[in-house]
Amino acid sequence: MSGIILPRRKLIARAGGLVAAAGALPILAGCDAISEAPAVRKILSMGEEMNRASQRALMDRDALAREFTQADLSPVFRSNGTKLPEGEAYAGHVATGFANWRVQVTGLVTRPLSLSMADIRAMPQRTQITRHDCVEGWSAIGGWTGPQLSRVLAAAGVRDSARFIVFRCADRIGDALYYESCDMVDALHPQTLLAWALNGEVLPIANGAPVRLRIERQLGYKHAKYLTGIEAVASLDGIGAGKGGFWEDRIDYEWYAGI
Amino acid sequence: MAEADSPAAPPAPPLASSRRVYRHRLPTRIWHWVNAVTLLVMLMSGLMIFNAHPRLYWGQYGANPDRAWFAIGSTADTGYVRFGETRIETTGVLGRWTDAKGREQTWAFPGWATIPTSYDLAAGRRWHLFFAWVLSIGLTLYMLWSLIGGHLRRDLHIRRAEWSPRHIWTDIKDHARLRFPRGEAAARYGILQKLSYIGVIFVLLPLMIFTGLTMSPGMGTAWPWLLDLFGGRQSARSIHFIAAWLLVAFFLVHIAMVVLAGPLNELRSMIGGWFTLPPEKEHEA
Repeated sequence: MSGIILPRRKLIARAGGLVAAAGALPILAGCDAISEAPAVRKILSMGEEMNRASQRALMDRDALAREFTQADLSPVFRSNGTKLPEGEAYAGHVATGFANWRVQVTGLVTRPLSLSMADIRAMPQRTQITRHDCVEGWSAIGGWTGPQLSRVLAAAGVRDSARFIVFRCADRIGDALYYESCDMVDALHPQTLLAWALNGEVLPIANGAPVRLRIERQLGYKHAKYLTGIEAVASLDGIGAGKGGFWEDRIDYEWYAGI
Repeated sequence: MAEADSPAAPPAPPLASSRRVYRHRLPTRIWHWVNAVTLLVMLMSGLMIFNAHPRLYWGQYGANPDRAWFAIGSTADTGYVRFGETRIETTGVLGRWTDAKGREQTWAFPGWATIPTSYDLAAGRRWHLFFAWVLSIGLTLYMLWSLIGGHLRRDLHIRRAEWSPRHIWTDIKDHARLRFPRGEAAARYGILQKLSYIGVIFVLLPLMIFTGLTMSPGMGTAWPWLLDLFGGRQSARSIHFIAAWLLVAFFLVHIAMVVLAGPLNELRSMIGGWFTLPPEKEHEA
């Protein structure tokens, strides 16, 4: 690339961009106003409900997401979101190898539990090699090991009145702790795990150590990391801003993230 | 052509000087304009979604540590597009551009090309995934109507004689010379026209829908054959992106042809249905 031509070309490109932007400004502002109008948002959000209803109609409630083989693993499993939770409490858990970490199982259960990592590893385990799909568009294939959430919920005796499971996390983003939720279909799905191992090794901190959720038929932000609590509830009202998850509350990601 | 005799056709307006034919029936006209809006929204909201991860891969997986065959990115002071190993500088348009408020941005596609204009993945997805339903339902209904209502058989069906290389070559030459059919012949679709409409309705649009569905973890579970058909989620994402630009290419040629063939007459026929046949010229040769 010639250094003499470059600045001029850049200048022209930028000037052109500015002119185009200035001319289009009122139109673009109008489009954004439409995009943010409450009625429009409401209509467009019907897509989410249509996607949830049609996907549930098209698949068996226990239909398994594709499982891959060792040969298909991503060479590097990318992490996203929190890479290291802040605060002394988490640092302390890292220092002690998560020996004192507890996952509290509470809410609409007959026997509330407080599970240590040893308890979680002592339960019957499932290992699955699945594809992790980020809402942004990338995918990584990894092997996960941990007990099925359904076993944990059975041990706690989930009441019939429970309609959702809320997942509490140790990582704080800005003003609040991360959290997520799902309905009972996904909570009881055979591939929904409390994963403590990735590719046969203890879960790295960037991927949610010591234990994270796997909820294989939905996008990555549903797979809560740094799990501290599992709460059975009848309604998502009153939890966070009521939309069922940290990003759902803040930037309007879909609660049903099957697409 | 055949539609001029269709019993469903309203009476021709009393404009006697040049002959008019009822060229586009109501479902075609409705679907055409619904699609015009839908495809524009889907393209622009799709570019917003692409901006969230402006890299494309082949295969089942693909993320930042993996090799991307296509990427839009930025250096300290330039923007670029990379195909394989070839980098093309695109400062001002792709990878590094100035927004309407004069601020420098390094998202892949510029604000004037995306819905909404500034980065908002959730809003882009909301538009995209709602209009995906409009597109899918509209296409399904239009395909059924074309099949049952005779549009396919009468207007799009390519007859044996039209498949002859000589006929196709003649149509290509006529297009290149901007010599368009006149008189009765103008009421029928040419071979290139038929091929492009069939290509869009029966190949490109279904390809967009199915590669889109392949990216959904839910649909990959409901219909795992999608992953085998397209060679994985990331391959499907790449094909989705390429097919989107093929639709843009169709749009550009389509607009060029409308402009060259008489924009008012063409536009009027897609609104009211009636098309004025360009009068026959005396032999030029």
